[in-house]
Amino acid sequence: MSSNLPSHEKTIPWIWLVLGLLGACALPFFITNYHVFQVSMVLTYAIALVGLNILIGYSGQISLGHGAFLAIGAYTSAILMDKADMPYWITIPIAAAVCLVVGFLFGLPALRLEGHYLALATFALAVSLPQLLKFKHLEFLTGGVQGIVIMKPEAPWETLFGLKLNSDRWLYFFTLAVTVVMFMIGWNLIRGRVGRALIAIRDQPIAAASMGINTPLYKSLAFGVSAMFTGVAGALSAILVAFVAPDSFTVFLSITLMVGMVVGGVTSLPGALYGALFIQFIPNIADQISKAAPWAIYGVMLILFMYTMPTGIAGLLRLIGQKLRPTHP
Amino acid sequence: METFIHQVVAGIATGGVYASLALALVMIYQSTHHINFAQGEIAMFATYMAWTLINAGVSYWLAFTCTILLAFALGVLIQRIIIRPVENAPVLNIVVVFIGLLVILNSIAGWVFTYTIKAFPSPFPKEPPFGLHFISSHELGSIGVTLVLLLMLYGFFKFTPLGLAMRAAAQNPDSSRLVGIRVGWMLALGWGLAAAIGSVAGMMIAPVVFLEPNMMSGILLYAFAAALVGGIDSPGGAVLGGFIVGILENILGAYVIGTELKLSVALVLIIVVLTIKPAGLFGKVIVSRV
Repeated sequence: MSSNLPSHEKTIPWIWLVLGLLGACALPFFITNYHVFQVSMVLTYAIALVGLNILIGYSGQISLGHGAFLAIGAYTSAILMDKADMPYWITIPIAAAVCLVVGFLFGLPALRLEGHYLALATFALAVSLPQLLKFKHLEFLTGGVQGIVIMKPEAPWETLFGLKLNSDRWLYFFTLAVTVVMFMIGWNLIRGRVGRALIAIRDQPIAAASMGINTPLYKSLAFGVSAMFTGVAGALSAILVAFVAPDSFTVFLSITLMVGMVVGGVTSLPGALYGALFIQFIPNIADQISKAAPWAIYGVMLILFMYTMPTGIAGLLRLIGQKLRPTHP
Repeated sequence: METFIHQVVAGIATGGVYASLALALVMIYQSTHHINFAQGEIAMFATYMAWTLINAGVSYWLAFTCTILLAFALGVLIQRIIIRPVENAPVLNIVVVFIGLLVILNSIAGWVFTYTIKAFPSPFPKEPPFGLHFISSHELGSIGVTLVLLLMLYGFFKFTPLGLAMRAAAQNPDSSRLVGIRVGWMLALGWGLAAAIGSVAGMMIAPVVFLEPNMMSGILLYAFAAALVGGIDSPGGAVLGGFIVGILENILGAYVIGTELKLSVALVLIIVVLTIKPAGLFGKVIVSRV
């Protein structure tokens, strides 16, 4: 991995964080239900991108197949709600646990692979997964090509502090709460012992091992945790969309996540949010030109960012912040 | 028994296509140690060029030749313009650029030629050759085309000064530069050749899978598997790997798991090879110094 990546985040300006959260809480009462849904999707993408960031940015393992974990999370949630009649909020920790285990297990063979090879193996996972979801002997669970339609959960209360609550607004708050929790988990993981160990393995694997860091364990763990984040995002998106189908989890979904991470900024938690905004809203705008235009823009963005700002929007903002701040004596 | 023979022969025919694409992957891997994720899309794009030419009334074999030349030019251009600036960048940047390339080619094809499935003509007659009924003419023809292609490449690398220069540039760029080989251009030439080989693979498989922007994703996966089975740094291994994967895919598809899970075969094969014998059948075992 390149050494131009920052090894740790600066302290967050708390005041902005509080203001941002307050704004996020007020937001759904000022926009249409469809926009509320879109913002909720942004939050789920952001969770998935945090997961991808932990894997690619912090532990230096390239995955082109995270759409697969999104699918596993989404299907776990949908199957539990559809077949076992579980309430939607229980399915999220279960989806997280399932993805943690699957990710950890996939991380074990992935230990032997590095760089291009790992990218290749995960790419293969992403390409072949839709076929597996359509497989007729699993149809009793996955619903085959048709997918699974689930009930959109209703809001538990009619009003909240005198403000009207509906299904979309309620799910938005639910998603927001999960997002805050996941970001906090991510933040604590990264700046703590685990994060330091991962960065050490990424930059100097041999030195890290000789310092007593259990390299294989941490690398597989990074895979598992990253899959867990993505699985939570998948479960949330299944609940939000109220539908899962194999064709929403093609290899292009994995590439979308890749785009979000690169545009938002590799090795940056706030970058996950910028990247999520990008992958939710830019395609909508580009769609008006042509059905293929979003992807053309994605592709050009991928290459342009790699040439001109490999640290993404987050890196750019950091640079601007440094320029504006008075230089230390 | 006859259906079994037919499955094997069909496997050899598609295996030839995998072999060509795997060879293209190996060529780029050998000289740069990059795995080209956009290889399949380059082949797909070239096949669309051939389709356009044929629809404009050009005869098949003329269109075939023109497409190979165009694909060659496309490959050289891509290397010169897009790949060169990131040649020495970290792996992540290179993978991202390859993925960007994949996406761009895919979407341009969708934009220009639409996503509707198109039939692509086969140059070979419809009726089976020599009255044999376990093989179709297209299968026999595409095996033939693959073999001719491989022989030509072998001859090129073995007996021409340019081929020698390219091999030298791939093996030891620094020394090659010292004896006056323009290494940068040799890499570009390698990309051009890889794209040309890929275009042949695309034109041979298009009559079987039909022409559409996403037609190559599965085939690319098999080509990856083939290249890994044979050893990603061994051209001969890639070819053999292609045939092995092709036959395996057909036999397993027909008798064991059915056609629906064919792609998972490639996935399992890739993971098994990478974990058990990462060097493949004929690849060099790399020992890195700590």
